Amino acid sequence: MRVTIDTDVCIGAGQCVLTAPNVFTQDDDGFSELLPGCEEGTADPMLREAARACPVRAITLHTDRFQTEPSPDETLPADPLRVDT
Amino acid sequence: MAQAAPFPQDRTCPYHPPTGYRPSGGQGPLNRVTLYDNSQAWLVTGHAEAQALLTDSRLSADRQHPAFPMIAPRFELSRREPLALLGVDDPLHNKQRRMLIPTFGVKQVAAMRPRIQHIVDGLLDAVIAQGPPVELVSAFALPVPSIVICELLGVPYADHDFFEEASRRILRGATAKESEAGRRELMDYLGDLVDRKAKTADGGTGWGADATPEGVIDELVRERLSAGSLDRDDVVRLALILLIAGHETTANMISLGTFTLLEHPDQLAALRADPDLTRAAVEELLRFLSIADGLVRVATEDIEVAGQTIRADEGVVLTAATINRDTAVYPDADDLDVRRSARHHLAFGFGIHQCLGQNLARAELEIAFQSLLARLPDLRLAVPVEEIRMKPGDTIQGLVDLPVTWGRG
Repeated sequence: MRVTIDTDVCIGAGQCVLTAPNVFTQDDDGFSELLPGCEEGTADPMLREAARACPVRAITLHTDRFQTEPSPDETLPADPLRVDT
Repeated sequence: MAQAAPFPQDRTCPYHPPTGYRPSGGQGPLNRVTLYDNSQAWLVTGHAEAQALLTDSRLSADRQHPAFPMIAPRFELSRREPLALLGVDDPLHNKQRRMLIPTFGVKQVAAMRPRIQHIVDGLLDAVIAQGPPVELVSAFALPVPSIVICELLGVPYADHDFFEEASRRILRGATAKESEAGRRELMDYLGDLVDRKAKTADGGTGWGADATPEGVIDELVRERLSAGSLDRDDVVRLALILLIAGHETTANMISLGTFTLLEHPDQLAALRADPDLTRAAVEELLRFLSIADGLVRVATEDIEVAGQTIRADEGVVLTAATINRDTAVYPDADDLDVRRSARHHLAFGFGIHQCLGQNLARAELEIAFQSLLARLPDLRLAVPVEEIRMKPGDTIQGLVDLPVTWGRG
């Protein structure tokens, strides 16, 4: 699953880093950033929790419409996650 | 129609929210409450509703909004005096917050840990040297965050008696007048500090009578005041909120958290047996205690939530302590369980105003609890539990004092 972070919205709370430290980090200014290798997708089980934990909904999980074998897991709840398909 | 319960109410147990905030049979997660001035507001007690509302830009934190609900007379003064960060909306809030985010980042706080440990160790050395009994609020719970925030901001810790007392009056003054006087004195003090720092930044002497420790206030003076992106009052107002929020909240968490662990011996034993539980225990104590109970907002438009309509200009109070006991999110929510995942609690709020210093608070709490329990293995109350004095319900929750003993004391 591809992940994007809206850094204009990010308030540097660090909830994503706290929840999924293998996916998220903060840049030197304290704003959320993906760890190298996670930009194009990750199967980290804590990813979804990290997106939910973001207090300003700055993290978007994108389902991949060209995926050959869609997993039921990709059906995200409408709220609170913003889903961009 | 049922009588609207009053808000705020005092806790009857230091670690449980007032039962009067809970919806009674048949009531939903939004109910009416009566404020001190007999006006009414909505009280939100559901976790999902709170998260939705706190991320809704139709709720405003602007204290100058004419309909903003005030929960105690002393807060009326914030209608006239702007409250930086937590009392303003975006885009101004965003501008203020972004200046400070780099200071409170995860990496920046991680780098402060050795220094925090050193401060905690020094205070515990003094506690042990003094011997039991010790009043833990003044000897440990308050000085830990107070020293840390002074060093971070560049405020001389030697002035702590003054600013701690001024903060107490601002947060718990008996009258609006007393709070206003506390605020003015602290603003004057910080204004003087900013002026001294500005003089140094302008190439004046950095030594002698005008020397102050270097910190975030110096950065604001050098990078913002000098450049004209903040004026003197802006810097002083930011310094005020950082100084108060930086010591009062964590001090209350240390004292109330210690008391709560002492009152839950099985949980305390689990934590002592496995210090790796400290991080989870801190998160659980944050959830369980929710010391900043009562996030206040005003609706700027009609908002539909949980089958109710919050009308424009109506006040909304979100009771974090009750929200964090929502059994839909936390099974057996009224039980303290240091092994549970307390994730998604609202003790630091939610939305754009979520606590700026939360990672610093976590670091201070982890180090404080771990070191306190390790150094004083048989820590216990020095007085009967009924003698422990709580702070009233209209301010940040905590203990007035916490007499403890250990060893043969």
